[in-house]
Amino acid sequence: MLVRFWGTRGSLPTPLGHGAMRAKLRDVLLAAQGQTIDDAAAADRFLDTLPFATAGTYGGNSSCVELAGTGASDEYVLCDLGSGAREFGNHVLHEKGPQRKCRYNVFLSHVHWDHIMGFPFFVPSYIPGNVIRIHGCHQTMREAFERQQSDPCFPVDFRKLGATIEFVVLEPGRSYEIAGMSVQAILQNHAGDSYGYRFSQGGKTMVYSTDCEHKFQVLDESYPFVPFFRDADLLIFDAMYSLADSISVKEDWGHSSNMVGVELAQLARVKHLVLYHHEPIFDDRTIDTVLAETRRYEEISRDGAALRITSAYDGLEIAL
Amino acid sequence: MEIGERLESGVTVLRPVGRIDNDTSPDFHARVIACLEAGRTALVDFDAVEFISSAGLAALMAAAKLAKAKNGRIGVAALKPVVQEIFAISRFSRVVQTFQTVAEGIAALQ
Repeated sequence: MLVRFWGTRGSLPTPLGHGAMRAKLRDVLLAAQGQTIDDAAAADRFLDTLPFATAGTYGGNSSCVELAGTGASDEYVLCDLGSGAREFGNHVLHEKGPQRKCRYNVFLSHVHWDHIMGFPFFVPSYIPGNVIRIHGCHQTMREAFERQQSDPCFPVDFRKLGATIEFVVLEPGRSYEIAGMSVQAILQNHAGDSYGYRFSQGGKTMVYSTDCEHKFQVLDESYPFVPFFRDADLLIFDAMYSLADSISVKEDWGHSSNMVGVELAQLARVKHLVLYHHEPIFDDRTIDTVLAETRRYEEISRDGAALRITSAYDGLEIAL
Repeated sequence: MEIGERLESGVTVLRPVGRIDNDTSPDFHARVIACLEAGRTALVDFDAVEFISSAGLAALMAAAKLAKAKNGRIGVAALKPVVQEIFAISRFSRVVQTFQTVAEGIAALQ
């Protein structure tokens, strides 16, 4: 199983602007003083020594994650269709060509705009012969897609798309076999509800849990997310806010924090925690800082095996 | 949870001992809330606290909200370095008044 991140931002896309790009280039050039960099390989080696926020970017596309290598070569699995879905679709067309017909299985956390906004730009949806099955627990999925892609908001009506598009309503708590995987959904605390998904195949498990506000009096085995996350090889977790914000000014906004992510992952014996759904006002340096702090909190609170922690970025690939 | 309590210059100083986590945060929550419900000003002396989890910080947040609602005041003092780190990571240092020493806290809150 390979997990590929196409969009990792929450709320709305946040492209890197000229000023921010210029500042990175300046920092790289200053760091390179005195270095001998003769070719591309040497340049890459040097860039690898720099902080991620200096030499790279977490990106700005909204939520879209691919599970690759789980089924047939013409079958794809996606979590959410945020703006990252556009690049994913273009990647498939580049790889396979527009003539090759593919099947897409999408699992929707919910129908808030940032999680479906990429679909009108998902080119495979325009091509007859492609089959797109959108799975989710909301009865309103079709309505949400039709509304965002209709007059006056978009010039090409959803109903005119060429692909075969089906909406499949799942029941949370029930186990399904889809695209060669065992899949289960869990209800999450978010405005209008959201759903997390647990995917298992070949002894590996990935849990996608975004847009969920965790409220508990006591964190123990009785909290339903502990068994849901249990022993996951990878947990993709909404860590949008600081703990203080998530339980004060942003309480009931439907998101969680890095500290709660660590505590849940530790209790559930997750192997690798990925911080996801980044706050759009956070620049790359801030996200780097939050990652370092999260790793430090894990170290302080550790009671057992170390938990690996990564901050998701557009383009990240993790093999399970 | 062992929580010492004393009154000094009109400020109730609570002194929890050990870890404020899933197991002990209900006790901590109950003691701080009881103090604030009675309209008292509370200073939590963290000198003997080794660790605080999100549950402990949530209890502190509930106390801070109650203090605000009751026109009361709450502060924390004498955080050990690791607890100071946790306050910074959680951004609680921006939410709850923090003092280097209990004496400083009492002077500010009385």
